[in-house]
Amino acid sequence: MKKRWYDYLWIAELIYMALGFFNILFAWLGMLFFCIPLIISLIWGTKGYCNRYCGRGQLFGLLGGRFGLSRKKDIPKWMKTKWFRYGFLIFFFLMFFLMLWNTYLVFAGVQDLGQAVTLLWTFKLPWHWAYHGTLFHPGVAQFAFGFYSVMLTSTILGLITMILFKPRSWCVCCPMGTMTQLICKAKSGKQ
Amino acid sequence: MGIRKKRRAAVNGDICVACGCCVKVCPLSAIQIRHGVRADVDPERCVGCGKCAKECPASVIEIQEVQG
Ligand code: SF4
Ligand code: SF4
Ligand code: SF4
Repeated sequence: MKKRWYDYLWIAELIYMALGFFNILFAWLGMLFFCIPLIISLIWGTKGYCNRYCGRGQLFGLLGGRFGLSRKKDIPKWMKTKWFRYGFLIFFFLMFFLMLWNTYLVFAGVQDLGQAVTLLWTFKLPWHWAYHGTLFHPGVAQFAFGFYSVMLTSTILGLITMILFKPRSWCVCCPMGTMTQLICKAKSGKQ
Repeated sequence: MGIRKKRRAAVNGDICVACGCCVKVCPLSAIQIRHGVRADVDPERCVGCGKCAKECPASVIEIQEVQG
């Protein structure tokens, strides 16, 4: 099958994750990975992002497929139930709002900037080397730390499910994938 | 001459997550995502090779024997 330009977007994903090690403010670029899928599903009613442009999915496909870093076993049944998928989406949302709240507190001057990346919503990793001060308010950096935490956490969960199950097992419970599918369902139901 | 039964892919639409992994590997473009909701097999094109079933992260594709 002929490769298209968008089949190489896994490189963009790698670059994005790497940039966050050097300067946390690059985490803001991740808003693209957040907004584009939603815009595609809201306007065209498709999961075009997942189906074509998602670099993260491609990366898992590559590592688990070509590089053989996957056991290629079926995922457990409970992981593909609606309960789990929607529950995980809600959990992700709650954590996202918590992150926004923390950003707000820094903007409001109530809380100091926390120069850490939080893994799996629990483990705080020191990350001060990627912060060199900013022309903007510290709140801008706080959001970057928070957003990068979300991205790193989901990458790690994706890698774990890739190794244990099939290469792209993450796509079964990925909150972005679930959310865009829900939007598409709502849209096609209305027609 | 032995009669070979035809095989075809069948998607369990209820649990399909519409990720499109199956579309990418189908050599005959016999499977498509409909409205971002679920995958749909074109019975005219599908030869039941099973590539999509192997790839599907949710394992919701079954290869079934069909008449004719
Ligand atoms: S489900 Fe998530 S990881 Fe998979 S292709 Fe869609 S956005 Fe990417
Ligand atoms: S790979 Fe499986 S879950 Fe993904 S769209 Fe195809 S049938 Fe659905
Ligand atoms: S069984 Fe083979 S031909 Fe049929 S949809 Fe799957 S990949 Fe395509």
